Amino acid sequence: MHELGIMESAVDAALREARAHQASRIHRMVLRIGTLSGVEPDSLRFAFDVVTEGTAAAGAQLEVESVPARAWCAACAQEFGVESGFIYVCPHCGRLSGEVRQGHEMELSRLEMS
Amino acid sequence: MNPTPEITPADECQIHPLSGAAARPGRLLSAPLAAEVSATLAAGPDGGAAVRAVDLRVPLLEKNDILAERNRGYFLGRGLVALNLVSSPGSGKTTLLERTLDEFGRQTKCAVVVGDLETDNDGLRLRRAHAPVAQITTGGTCHLDASMVARGVESLDLEGVKILFIENVGNLVCPASFDLGEQVRVVLLSCTEGEDKPLKYPPIFKSANLVLLTKVDIADALGFKRDVAVENIRRIAPTARLIQLSSRSGEGVAEWLDYLRSLNPQR
Ligand SMILES: Nc1nc2c(ncn2[C@@H]2O[C@H](COP(=O)(O)OP(=O)(O)OP(=O)(O)O)[C@@H](O)[C@H]2O)c(=O)[nH]1
Ligand SMILES: [Mg+2]
Ligand SMILES: [Zn+2]
Repeated sequence: MHELGIMESAVDAALREARAHQASRIHRMVLRIGTLSGVEPDSLRFAFDVVTEGTAAAGAQLEVESVPARAWCAACAQEFGVESGFIYVCPHCGRLSGEVRQGHEMELSRLEMS
Repeated sequence: MNPTPEITPADECQIHPLSGAAARPGRLLSAPLAAEVSATLAAGPDGGAAVRAVDLRVPLLEKNDILAERNRGYFLGRGLVALNLVSSPGSGKTTLLERTLDEFGRQTKCAVVVGDLETDNDGLRLRRAHAPVAQITTGGTCHLDASMVARGVESLDLEGVKILFIENVGNLVCPASFDLGEQVRVVLLSCTEGEDKPLKYPPIFKSANLVLLTKVDIADALGFKRDVAVENIRRIAPTARLIQLSSRSGEGVAEWLDYLRSLNPQR
């Protein structure tokens, strides 16, 4: 439901960056999106076409890199991968964890331009 | 380069200061987070028309997130703690706030911003000589957003206020996605709703700093299993603080008030 807003923010940032580099065209954008961010990659791709239309990023290639979720178990002092959903159980000791170390990312991570 | 995003407040929503209105409304918001966003974009002048690649780490924020950060900075700057109270309709948010204003609000100055789709009923219930209250009617929007809160807060005289309660629109889904700039998100679950709600509506419970299990005075009459509810809350929000209370019998209210005191030691 927030994909359009996220994509507007991404394209704004990319266009600013391109301007700062005196580039007139964006060829490729890479976003890093955590699996817990609630953002749907497919909806992002759809929003990309809408948002880039008529800008220096029109026709650019969009890559959405998925960042897997990882939580931290304080008792075991180690990280573990989180499959999905909202309940994070440490596979080593069975304790519940409330500390997500990775998986909420939403960022513009790479830009190719000329 | 200062990429201030264009932000237009929601036109639909209306603000009604009910008590303690600001003498003159003014722009009170702190510097935008947008500066931080732009700071990550280090400009590097170079020529060449060849394709260049840059690696970045620009966080992608929506307008609401940016406004929420402004609110947060503003609250921090004023030394007040903001709590966002979220629950399904009728879980007892207003009743708890009424009692809180009466029992706690006389020693520690509190203000309330309360959101509903329609009517100022809750605002009128909360009106007290000693507490500024503003009612926001969202005109159909099922949650408060950061711009509505900013406008609600601007309409109030916050002189001396240490705690700001934001009563969200009764809704267990959408408010989860809208940061208001609060320091503490309080999610209420009342015994009338059933023990399984945390499992059915996990995002809101996952985002809670504090979960209040309310109306415990009628738990037994309803056959509501408190221990099951507590276990379900724990599974979704293992690190959130949990308080069981009844605004009617008063059970647990002291614990809630102690919690409020602990947020704000420099009373
Ligand atoms: N038995 C009992 N009833 C309560 C308690 N707290 C609130 N109620 C009742 O629950 C109903 C709803 O309470 P409100 O405080 O209006 O609930 P709310 O969460 O503010 O509702 P909305 O703003 O409409 O979402 C009222 O009839 C209250 O009297 C309680 O601790 N025990
Ligand atoms: Mg209410
Ligand atoms: Zn463990």
